[in-house]
Amino acid sequence: MSATEILFLVFAVIAVGSAVLAMTSKQLVHSALWLVVTLGAIAGCFVLMTAEFVAWVQVLVYVGSIVVLVIFALMMTRQPAAGPSAEVTGNRWAAAVIGLVAAGGLGATVVAGFEGERIEGQRIGTAGSLGDALFNDWVLAFEVLSLVLLAALIGAIVISRAGSDR
Amino acid sequence: MPLLYPLVLAAALFGIGVYGVLARRNAVLMLLGVELMLNAVNLNLVAFDAWHGDELHTGQVLTLFTIALAAAEIGLGLAIILTLFRAVRTIDVDKVGAE
Repeated sequence: MSATEILFLVFAVIAVGSAVLAMTSKQLVHSALWLVVTLGAIAGCFVLMTAEFVAWVQVLVYVGSIVVLVIFALMMTRQPAAGPSAEVTGNRWAAAVIGLVAAGGLGATVVAGFEGERIEGQRIGTAGSLGDALFNDWVLAFEVLSLVLLAALIGAIVISRAGSDR
Repeated sequence: MPLLYPLVLAAALFGIGVYGVLARRNAVLMLLGVELMLNAVNLNLVAFDAWHGDELHTGQVLTLFTIALAAAEIGLGLAIILTLFRAVRTIDVDKVGAE
């Protein structure tokens, strides 16, 4: 077993453990902070799978902005009477069964389909090679995605303003 | 590295995300579950890209697109949740529809 595989397994254990804590923690902000650990560990997995540019984007966009947005939203929607809103619903056992069935089904499928395959990783996803691919072959999808992002942000502003008029 | 490591990790994270979406009462934390599921998908895309060794880097470019879509999704979702909070003063998904 090479050093890469050992590091990947360490990152995988960290990611799964902190994801479980993020989804079950009773403290709202702790939950968001455990998600930071999960996303960081996944970024480490990206680096080990030769996708270094995607790892940096993951750190910048997810850890840097999405989690901060979520923490802002948690602060702004704090209930005056600190009820047990961080807790889970009554049907948590049904949810746990469905989650286990989903993970087990997906896991069984990938084990049946890709057992014994190995990642060699000759093509490293640097910023240069990804930029070449993005602006040569994927430029139409990229521009459409820019429009989607712009529309989503304008939509978010309009929805927030419509609420504050009342 | 065996291809199964990232794939099984992605399956586990997806299951945890499904549990989070279904079990959480706080609407913001439900969105966190969605983010976790999207990250599991990203892991799959990067793993298959590295396995396939594609010249176009299809998997990694699609991962960048998914990350941008996740940013758009969480921006809109949080705006909707804030509007809901202003309207009914709670974001507890069990209470919102029950009144």
